[in-house]
Formats: sequence, C-alpha cells, structure tokens
Amino acid sequence: MAAADTTAAAKWRWGLLDVVVVVFALVPVLWIASLSFKTTATLTDGNFIPREWTLENYRTIFSTSQFVRALGNSIGIALIATVVAVVLGTMAAYAVARLDFPGKKALVGVSLLIAMFPQVSLVSPLFEIERSLGLFDTWPGLILPYITFALPLAIYTLSAFFKQIPWDLEKAAKMDGATSGQAFRRVIAPLAAPGVFTTAILVFIFCWNDFLFAISLTSTERSRTVPVALSFFTGESQFEDPTGAICAAAVVITIPIILFVLFFQRRIVSGLTSGAVKG
Amino acid sequence: MRTETETETGTAAERSGRTGAVPAPRRGRTGRAGRAPLSEGKRAERRLGWLLCAPAALVMVAVTAYPILYSVWLSLQRFDLKFPDEREFVGLANYVTVLTNDYWWTAFGVTMLITVVTVAVELVLGMGLAVVMHRTIVGRGLVRTSALIPYGIVTVVAAFSWRYAWTPGTGYLATLFGEGAPLTERASALAIIMLAEIWKTTPFMALLLMAGLALVPEDLLKAASMDGATAWQRFTRVMLPVMKPAILVALLFRTLDAFRVFDNIFVLTAGANETSSVSMLAYNNLMRGLNLGIGSTMSVLIFLTVAVIAFVFVKLFGTAAPGSTDEGGRR
Repeated sequence: MAAADTTAAAKWRWGLLDVVVVVFALVPVLWIASLSFKTTATLTDGNFIPREWTLENYRTIFSTSQFVRALGNSIGIALIATVVAVVLGTMAAYAVARLDFPGKKALVGVSLLIAMFPQVSLVSPLFEIERSLGLFDTWPGLILPYITFALPLAIYTLSAFFKQIPWDLEKAAKMDGATSGQAFRRVIAPLAAPGVFTTAILVFIFCWNDFLFAISLTSTERSRTVPVALSFFTGESQFEDPTGAICAAAVVITIPIILFVLFFQRRIVSGLTSGAVKG
Repeated sequence: MRTETETETGTAAERSGRTGAVPAPRRGRTGRAGRAPLSEGKRAERRLGWLLCAPAALVMVAVTAYPILYSVWLSLQRFDLKFPDEREFVGLANYVTVLTNDYWWTAFGVTMLITVVTVAVELVLGMGLAVVMHRTIVGRGLVRTSALIPYGIVTVVAAFSWRYAWTPGTGYLATLFGEGAPLTERASALAIIMLAEIWKTTPFMALLLMAGLALVPEDLLKAASMDGATAWQRFTRVMLPVMKPAILVALLFRTLDAFRVFDNIFVLTAGANETSSVSMLAYNNLMRGLNLGIGSTMSVLIFLTVAVIAFVFVKLFGTAAPGSTDEGGRR
C-alpha cells in the first residue's frame, strides 16, 4: 500500500478525500459564522454567503449583560476547573505511572467508571444536594462536577505521557550532584510540561463544552455559562429575532476552540490517542 | 507508543528501583511480589502513592458515588418540589410509575435507536477518516486540524448551526427534501439529530481508531501485498485483527457517550414530536415537572442501563476492554 501511495493517481485520490473531509468538517462552522455576519434583512434569505455584511450582531451581544456575564462565567469556571483538575490529575497520574502501591488498580477502575458514568444520573441528586448546601447557581457548584468528570481524562492522558518520560535522567542528574528538587525542576518538569499542557487543553475543551450540568445547576446570570445563555436568548424579549445574536455568541465561544486546534493540533491528537489506547 | 510490552518490564524494574531518598535493600525484580516485610523505601512509596491519589479519588467519589446513592434514596420517595409537604416513603412505586409509562419507553427507544445508528455509522466513517488521516501525504496537517474542529466545538453551537441550516426560510438545507419543516416531523427530526451527533463525534472515533491503526506493522502490510492480497483483504485480514482492541475501546466509549445524548436534542427539537432521549426526559422531569422522586428514579434507571451496557461489553470482549486491569488492555 505504501508503495502505491506515491503514484500520482493515488495522490489525487487521497487529495480528493482530504477535500471531502475538510469541507464536511468546516461547513457547519462557516454557516453559523456566515449567519452571524448577516444583516437582519438578509438573515432569512437562505444564502450560504451573506449578501450584506454587518458586525451589528456582535455589537448587540457585547452590549448585553446576559452575554458578557455568561462569557465571564464560562471563562472563569472552565479555567478554575482546568487548573484544579490538572493539578489533582498530575499527582494521581504520577503515582499511577511511577509508584507501586495497593489500590492503584482501584483508582484506575474508578476513573474508568466515571468516564462512562451517565452524567444525567447526577442531575437530580446534585440539584437537591447543591440546593441544600447553598452551592446551587454558584461557580463552585459547576466547578465541582467539571473537575470530577475531567479527572479520568486527565489521569489517563497524563499517566500515558508520564510513562514515556525517561525517568533515568532524574537518577543521572542526582548522580551528577543535583538535589531532588533540582532534578525535578531542571530535568523532569521540562519533560513533563508538554503532557500537562496538552491535558490542560483537553480538560478545558471539556469544561467549555458542557451544557447539561450548566443548564441544570444554574438559574441566573450569576453562574450561567455561554452555552446555556445561548439557549435562553430565544425567549428574551430584548431581541426581536435572536438568530443573529445567537450566532454571533456561538462564534465568539468557538474562537478559543479554533485557536487551540490551529496551534496545538499535533498535541491534541497525541493526547487523545495516547490516553485512549492506554486506557 | 504501543512498544509498551517491552518497556513495561523495564518500568517495573525501574519502579522498584525508584526511591531516591532511602538506599533500597536488594529486592526481587517483580515489584510487588515481595511477601517479606516491607522495606522502609517500599512503605514510603506506598504512602506517597496514596497521598498523591487521595485528592483525586476523594473528589471523584464524593461527586458521583454519594449523589447516586442519594438518588437511590430519593427514588424511593414521593418527592415533588411543588408539594414539598407531601414527601413520603413509597417504596418502588416510582419505578412502577416510570416503567409503565409510555413516555419513558418512547424516550428509551429513541435513545437506543440514536445510539445504535450513530455508533454504527461513526464506526464506518471513523474508520475511513482514520485511514485518511493516517495515510494521506498532502495536507495531512490540514485534514487533522479540520477533523479536530467538530471534536472541539461546543455541541450547542454546532446544534444551532444545524438547526438554522434546516429551518425553512433561513437555512441552506431546508428545501433539500422539498417543502416542509424537517425539524417538526419525527422521522426527519430524528435523522437530523443523528446527523448532528455523527458530525460531532466521528472525529473522536477516528482518533481512537487511528491510535490502533498506528500499531499495524507496515512490513506486514507490505508482505501481504507481495503475496497478492487485495486492499480489502489487507484491511480485513491484517489491519482489523491488530486494531481489534482499539476498535472495542472506541465502541465502548462512543456507545456510552451516545446513550447520554442531550445537547443536540435540546437545541434541535427540545424533545418535541417524541424525539426526547432518556436524558432529555429526566431533565424535563426535574426542571419542568420539579419532581425529584420520579427524576431520581429515571437517574437510577439510566445508570443501571449504562452499567448493563458496559458490563456486556467487558464480558463479551474480556480483557480487551480498557481498565479491566492496568496492563491487561495491551496485547
């Protein structure tokens, strides 16, 4: 097969397939972007490319607290959850990858169970528990479940990365007279950093994406995230036709994802594949 | 990355040799075989292991195990937030109510249908995409980058894009199959929901499969090719057997994930015209019905269903399933 690939005909075939994939992947994204740039008058013309371009929709959403607050909530909640999950995940993954202790398999098993857990099963009980603890409709009320469901992802991905680190270097550094701290800072940390960073991206995408918890465990602008705010634009009277605003908001929260994918494609692919297979 | 089989023994030796602080007394190569009293270093290693895992384990158990048990408790009660005073223990009455209810079974059927169809289609498309991403020479980065966009994009955003695409008057796809509003008819609405799901998750499936594809030895393919095997034979006889573990992992994860379908339905149809999934139904029961007893009953039933699916997968495929043991999954 490899030999055949080099012929011109094969190159064309693969190239054509590439085009199909790219078009298939991008059309829905381009469509919502196109809608967000359409004027109210041309919004319903059904054209894929806007006939008249405008930034009005973006001006509208950034002038409403509904969207701006939600954006702040989304960013804050996703960042905090990511940091906590990655720190806890790094600790656990180090132990899984490097140490021998009873209960290791139990930990791996528990994380696997949670990766498969139907999140909707938690909605009713968490709703009630968070109401009685005063966590309902607060940042921590969302951050906690996000951490929980991000941890299996973090532990798998990180332990896969950690298993690939040449730990002998640490010993070598110590033999050359480095202290444990120095060996960690100068040798191990730089080697582990890419894995930790990749995991952080994956976890952030997960938190950024969530809808079910966000819509069930919030009730006001205080902690509503953008995906939820989007679905509420519809009923608000302040927008005559919310389509343009929804699309503009949708584009805004897609930008970070596009940036991650553009700049860290390789890392994301390796993170997802290594974590999954090692699982 | 699957050279693990060799390195595994290496890391085991390394692991037992890893102590740093305490000069380790001589110890067998097999890390945990030591029946002899634990050395100081060994005990320190255990303590460190527990200490490092404790926070993660605590959070995971506290946020899932406790609520699910609480949910079992709630499911045995009559507990309607609109009538909080009438809360009482009713045994299995809620289960009878749910399991004899048509809405539940309709939603269950819809969820099953979506799960089976999307996972089957995704497996085929995902395999194709995996091969394209793995094999292609020109524009490999571009293909991989584009494929990651559906994976990364917020599901709600993608769902809105599909919704507007199919909305009459607004969308470019609305008149594709003649007049009418596809999202307001059950069959077409379900098809659109499945399309949206497939678009979003095929790349994930493909990435998992690509990891398996990377394990197929190039020499083996070449040898098969020399012996006159056709492309299809190479695929079924050489690639598929090697990829089996990766395929099973991908199937298991996607099946359970597909069973949770919620976001797309919420945005696309809001469950109208009998397009609710079980997740949608449980959510509506809680938020619109404010009935915690019934909602929790559904939570427990969904949890049990997922547990059964996972159990069947693991039973059928044995150690090939992930996590059965730390090492067992690799072959």
